[in-house]
Amino acid sequence: MDKIWLVIQREYVSRVKKKSFLLVTLLTPLIFPAIMGVFVWIALQEDDNQALRIIEVVDDNKLFFLESSEQYAFSFSDASHEEAKQLVQDGNRYGFLHIPKFDIKDPTGISFYGEENPSMSLISYLENNLRKKIEEQRLFESGIDPKIINDVRTKVAIKSITLDEEGTETVSDATVNYAIGFVAGILIYMFIFIYGNQIMQGVIEEKSSRIVEILVSSLKPFQLMLGKIIGIAGVGLTQLLIWIVLIGTLTTIVTGILGMQMPQQQAMELANPELAQGIAQNTEMVDILLVISGINYVQIAFSFVFYFLGGYLLYGALFAAIGSAVDAPSDAQQFMLPVTIPLIVAYMGLFVFVLNDPNSTTSFWLSVVPLTSPIAMMGRVSYGVPLWELALSMGLLIVGFLFTTWVAGKIYRIGILMHGTKPSYKTLWKWIKTNN
Amino acid sequence: MLKIEKLNKSYGANKALTDVDLNVSEGVVFGLLGPNGAGKTTLIRIINQIIDGDSGEVYIGGELLAPKHIGLIGYLPEERGLYKKMKVWDQMLYFARLKGLSPQEAKIKIKYWLEKLEMETWRDKKIEDLSKGMAQKVQFISTIIHNPPLLILDEPFSGFDPVNAEIIKNEILELKAKGTTVILSTHRMESVELLCDQVAMINRSKKILDGTIKKVKSIYRPEVYSVTLDHLTRDLPTEWISKEDEGSYSFTLPLSGKNPNELLNELMQYGQVNRFQELIPSMEEIFIHQVKSTENG
Repeated sequence: MDKIWLVIQREYVSRVKKKSFLLVTLLTPLIFPAIMGVFVWIALQEDDNQALRIIEVVDDNKLFFLESSEQYAFSFSDASHEEAKQLVQDGNRYGFLHIPKFDIKDPTGISFYGEENPSMSLISYLENNLRKKIEEQRLFESGIDPKIINDVRTKVAIKSITLDEEGTETVSDATVNYAIGFVAGILIYMFIFIYGNQIMQGVIEEKSSRIVEILVSSLKPFQLMLGKIIGIAGVGLTQLLIWIVLIGTLTTIVTGILGMQMPQQQAMELANPELAQGIAQNTEMVDILLVISGINYVQIAFSFVFYFLGGYLLYGALFAAIGSAVDAPSDAQQFMLPVTIPLIVAYMGLFVFVLNDPNSTTSFWLSVVPLTSPIAMMGRVSYGVPLWELALSMGLLIVGFLFTTWVAGKIYRIGILMHGTKPSYKTLWKWIKTNN
Repeated sequence: MLKIEKLNKSYGANKALTDVDLNVSEGVVFGLLGPNGAGKTTLIRIINQIIDGDSGEVYIGGELLAPKHIGLIGYLPEERGLYKKMKVWDQMLYFARLKGLSPQEAKIKIKYWLEKLEMETWRDKKIEDLSKGMAQKVQFISTIIHNPPLLILDEPFSGFDPVNAEIIKNEILELKAKGTTVILSTHRMESVELLCDQVAMINRSKKILDGTIKKVKSIYRPEVYSVTLDHLTRDLPTEWISKEDEGSYSFTLPLSGKNPNELLNELMQYGQVNRFQELIPSMEEIFIHQVKSTENG
């Protein structure tokens, strides 16, 4: 045990001390918000800097009136087609919208002329506005007051409540559950791949530099393998922990700053009855908060840590075995398939089956089979899973990683001392069967 | 110190060791000789408990080899390896701790050896920044850091320049003087004659010869004499192919059933005998002779 502990320490310290670890760990939580921040900032800058763009509208029907916005002003004139074009060419107008005479049931031939390619947002802005106007016109022609339509427009939101056997009611929302399952599943998938690869690289390094012969004269190969797997797991957990703390702190700071700006905005919304929609959104927010508080965090957190580690141990052992069988990382490709395929199946399954229908048969099997369960089960846990299924899946995962570790140990112990031969699956099978 | 009885090991259909017996006395330098692929590495790996033999026993200090004996052995494999990104000090500490030293003990020992081999300035250097010879020295210290009573060195001099090889040779002899038993596995016979007290030869999985250097040398005596004559009084027989250098003739003669005095008497009739010396075969010749004679049955 002492010796495994020494190996764990070395694997852990040598990785955590690296500058690259520090950089990745500190920068990753900053990069995504930073990229988003840059986009928002650029968008804001553009909005601020943009001069009002005047668009000449020539409407041959003389029916439609487009309201000007902060960005676009519409000037209506009886100018001829040619005159309007000339205005654009001279730079007096940003663009020219031509609405030809058309049958209101089938509006065609509307065109926009501009000196530059108009943005998607401008075109859709124009399209939406025109559609609304045409619809209103048609309603009017059929004798319906468009105002009535606006009055009868209703928003429906269903609050879904889960009942458990004891009758406790929890407000649930598929979106929130989806998000939790999605993030947890992807995190586990990435963790297994990134850190599994680190195990493999580490084993190959020790094998190809022949350190391993000295190491195994001091401790059992199995101890060495286990120490490496556990040490690297520690690195991963440390990284995750730092991320959680960093993101938590950042979120608090950001919401703190936003919170100070919030009262003004809310006051504005309240003062303006047209923005009453904002209040409706607020009750939606309350609902989501209710859902978030209704989630069984203890169960999710526990499951996450369990599947996070269980999945890692299961695959980590396989990655170690692959590393021990080959002389160089480039040779590892041929053995990667049996490891990558179940991982990708689990990943695809998470999106295609589990998150969309957590209780289907496919979802059940994906979340129970040890090779896919670490990723697939996380997609189900946030929706709530019957306890026996969770217990079955966890039990099988434990059996699964004990089994892969045992198999990997058999390959590892022979593989690390073999040089210069490229083993096939057949030789690996022979190694597994060898007793000493 | 080390006793091996009827040790067998095979890899599939290939025999790596066949009924090998070995007895290494305490405090000697024991040469383990044999061509590549003879089974030396397998034998060493079994002693180091890296692999298990199929049958047979290994005793160390009278006890059956067990995991608790790991700390008694220092092993320098033929293919050397260190963590390239690790610092000299950390690396030595890691190996010493793996062999069971406490952190305090390990640090004292490392300091002692770094000073002894004048390497203190490297302690915070990474292995990848050292020259090959420097790295070899680090490796050597890592091997002996825990004062093992049994030291197994597989081709210890390969990769060393002559100056460093000399330093290592002297360290080995010093360790021997302090009572360390050393097993030296090599196919370089010249270092064997310099260092070893006992030898064993392995060829094609079998031990073909063992004993003290003197005993081994007495087993195979080709009984050939090297002779130099001058002031010839009569022509030499033509079958004595000789080399002439300003009237002095050198050649080799087998005893061919005579005793040395008779041969000398015969030679004196041809001229003045300046040199008459039995040719003692080198370890290399003994080795080649032994390999050939076992292969011919």
